[in-house]
Amino acid sequence: MKQQELIRLVLVALVFGLLALLPLIPANDRLMALAVPIAMYAVLATSWSLFSGPTHYISLATAAFYGVGAYTLANGLEVFSYPLLLLMAALLGGGLAALVGMTTLRLSGVYFVIFTLGLAELIRQLVTWYQNNFTGSRGSYVFTDITEAQIYWQLLGLLALVFLLGWLINRSRLGFAIRIIGNDELVARHSGINTARTKVLLFILSGAFAAVVGAVMAPRFVYVEPSMAFSPQLSFMVVVMALLGGVHRLWGPLLGVVPFAIVWELIAANFPGQTVLFMGLAFLVVVYFIPQGVAGVLEQQLHKIRQRRGG
Amino acid sequence: MKRWLMIKKLLPLALAGSMTFLSAAQAAEPILIGAAASKTGPMAGGAAVTYWPNVKLWEHEVNARGGLQMADGSKRPIRIIEYDDRTDPAETIRAVQRLATNDRADFILAPYSTGLALAAAPIFDRYGYPMVNVSTITDQTDTLSARYERIFFTLGKTSVLAAGVVDALVQLREAGEIGNRVALVNVADAFGIELAQAARPALQEKGFEIVFNRSYPLGTQDLTPVMRGAAAARPDAFVAFSYPPDTFALTELAQVENLDVKVFYTAVGTPFPSYKGRFGDAINGVMGVGGVNADSDAFQAYQKRHQEVTGQAPDFWASAVQYASFQVLEQAIEGVGGVDRAAVTDYIKNNTFQTVMGEWRFENQQIRSYWTVGQWQDGEFKGIASEGNLPGAVAPTIKNGWK
Amino acid sequence: MVILLTGLFLGGIYALIAMGLSLQYGVARIMNLASGEMLVAGAFAGFWVYTAFSVSPYVALFFVVPLAFAFNWLIYNWLLLPLVRRAKNRGQLEVDSILATFGMSFVLVGVMLMAFGGSYFSYSWLARPIELLGSNYSQNRVLAFAVAAVICGGLYLLINRTRLGLSIRAVAVDPRAAGLVAIDVKKVAALTFALGGAVAAAGGTLLSTFLTFDASIGVVFTIKALVIVIMGGVGDIRGAIVAALALGLAETLVATLLDPGLTLAAAYLLFILILLFRPQGLFGRSAL
Repeated sequence: MKQQELIRLVLVALVFGLLALLPLIPANDRLMALAVPIAMYAVLATSWSLFSGPTHYISLATAAFYGVGAYTLANGLEVFSYPLLLLMAALLGGGLAALVGMTTLRLSGVYFVIFTLGLAELIRQLVTWYQNNFTGSRGSYVFTDITEAQIYWQLLGLLALVFLLGWLINRSRLGFAIRIIGNDELVARHSGINTARTKVLLFILSGAFAAVVGAVMAPRFVYVEPSMAFSPQLSFMVVVMALLGGVHRLWGPLLGVVPFAIVWELIAANFPGQTVLFMGLAFLVVVYFIPQGVAGVLEQQLHKIRQRRGG
Repeated sequence: MKRWLMIKKLLPLALAGSMTFLSAAQAAEPILIGAAASKTGPMAGGAAVTYWPNVKLWEHEVNARGGLQMADGSKRPIRIIEYDDRTDPAETIRAVQRLATNDRADFILAPYSTGLALAAAPIFDRYGYPMVNVSTITDQTDTLSARYERIFFTLGKTSVLAAGVVDALVQLREAGEIGNRVALVNVADAFGIELAQAARPALQEKGFEIVFNRSYPLGTQDLTPVMRGAAAARPDAFVAFSYPPDTFALTELAQVENLDVKVFYTAVGTPFPSYKGRFGDAINGVMGVGGVNADSDAFQAYQKRHQEVTGQAPDFWASAVQYASFQVLEQAIEGVGGVDRAAVTDYIKNNTFQTVMGEWRFENQQIRSYWTVGQWQDGEFKGIASEGNLPGAVAPTIKNGWK
Repeated sequence: MVILLTGLFLGGIYALIAMGLSLQYGVARIMNLASGEMLVAGAFAGFWVYTAFSVSPYVALFFVVPLAFAFNWLIYNWLLLPLVRRAKNRGQLEVDSILATFGMSFVLVGVMLMAFGGSYFSYSWLARPIELLGSNYSQNRVLAFAVAAVICGGLYLLINRTRLGLSIRAVAVDPRAAGLVAIDVKKVAALTFALGGAVAAAGGTLLSTFLTFDASIGVVFTIKALVIVIMGGVGDIRGAIVAALALGLAETLVATLLDPGLTLAAAYLLFILILLFRPQGLFGRSAL
């Protein structure tokens, strides 16, 4: 087992190494145009399912954290250094998640969904209210020299970090506790697991990652506008992609992000007038036909093949 | 789908070509023009008034006369490739990138609205496309012009638009028509915040007293408390830096409350034809952002063509400027006689253009003459103040009730 | 007093928006995230009737209500029933229905965009002042409030005074037990879902008389409605009405006395406070 894990680790590291070479390919514009969003959604969807996968709580708050991160960067760019700002984004996103988590995660799942659905809107109002009364238009413009390739590398680094964390959690006591909660929360509570704290902890993690992604992406947009930084569509896309891939495995969301991004690109390129309609249809297909996600389907198939071989 | 789209787009071309018996135009490869802007999302409402109809009109007008004149004597029609950015800057970036790399567009029209256009600015720059912005209104035009050598601005700066309002108020005060009391209201979103930030000190500097100052979030459903508060402060002038939905709501509430002010100003949406369509004659005397020289022949001819080709009327502010920006591109391509983007960019920088907005010449990549304040007078929205002394400005009048 | 009335008018509209969802969630157990889109469709109908025939937009109600009813009935039977059958427990159904209706909301937005385009829509109808207790209110808002009150009252009677209402209440309390006493749960759930959709669409028609809307604005109302339904307590339309009025009052209060920029914050604070102290909502039964 130990050796197998080591091999797997080396393999994953190798894949990441190869992916990191992507921007070095000459005339790579078309590739990069696809690679940056894929990397972005990969981080968001994977960190989302770190929390939502085992707890079954559907969080629609990704955009709230993402927006907080983007605004942290835009507002602090003239004062603080870039790495410090990323750290601040993580802390703010995590802090917000802690606050929200502690108040709402005690409630049932539905209340949580509704609260997170409105959270992005709430934070957007507070941010614009603050901006209107205190800072003015400062913090709207992000003039940096960060290139597309650098953004991509940062996202790739984040993705590696999410995987590493997810893997460590799975091996730890925390991961064990989470699995019990996921199976039956009552059992978990009776066996002495502090379910609320565990859930909050995971929510903080996913919130912090989303905030850092927001901060990393902000330079790409030059101008940060509240209606765009807190766009509810982002939250939804993350949920669709993660569910399409499957949230029960660490690598599951990835299987959703990559095909979805490619299909999405095809839709956007060929049916520019009907993207929203097709997005909805894609969503319905996922819910009705692939409820277990691509990862689930894949595992079933693998299981069948193995059985056939065994029998 | 793609092929079908192409047929749909090419059909009128073929017809136009055969009608004018220009066999060269039929044979000529069309010039590909990319357009990536909002068809859905929060910005779609504005783009459906100002942006998309002008794209259609421009395509129609250019192709109806056989296309663009090339240096070798041939004429090339234009073909528009449209993408919806869903009001998502990430999607704008992707669409512009797609236009540049996949579709190999010869030119790309600047996206609609400040945030979306600025997100795309680095892409335009990287691929060497000239970018003639219209609805990109910011105070950073100088910084941006220094940063990107191919970027152009046409519709003005936020601080100047705010200053225009203050000037109009000063003018009316000097004429003894209004007093010092101003109620200032703004939507707490990028554009509204910038304008309010600029207007507040400018008003105070001119000795106005801001008796009521509130912001409200985008998408507020009931603005009654805001209007009540403003009315209770008994202002002489009501100034709202608003977006279309709230512009409509505030105007309606002002009538309901019978807001008794001498100046009533709302921002984006006021120059829309649908504004008049909704409120009729009650809006006579309402001031708004922008304006046009409603009496100029160029504008009237444009208005007529816009109505004929697109089936809807242009707005009285950015529509004509939007079309003028396309005319700049059109004249620059013809001036160069080809689709060499670097040459076209240089041409835009160093030449004068005849547009529906009159004569245009870019200074430091910016048009320095534009309307800042307009007013509904006798059923038309006329420019009353402009940067760079545009011809055709009318004198501001006070608002006489809501009947 | 002025604040009270303004808040009441706003709350009345909220009540109507939330009522449809309350029925759908409380009885049919479907957390319908496409409810806002139904409302926008109703608003388009009002707009169309007024601009095309220049008659009162309320005329649209005569065909909006039956159409929306039929449409939602079909949605329930074709799209949602498979989910109900598939679900192993209530939690699973909740997650599935949230996701499915969320996808539907996008489809509906897409269809409306194709049909009407992305522009803003608004028209002016009865935008005249009416004096009540010494200050002015716009007639269209007051009328909308009155009609909303009539609809809410009618629903209340329907649910509390009729046989159908009895079955609806029974299903809301416990679907399985309702099935045991010879209530066709599936039929009642479908009917209630359809009724909820019709109410939402009617609310949209009322809203269109004073609100500027566009094809993609639905989600705003969905969020409002969800918050109200949860605050009021699932499956009780009295709760939804009280919560809606409270929310309308709170928002007007904050907008007038503090700052309009903090209304949503106030609404959410109210939401959290109520849920922390009464997790089952104002009128909810703790058994749920």
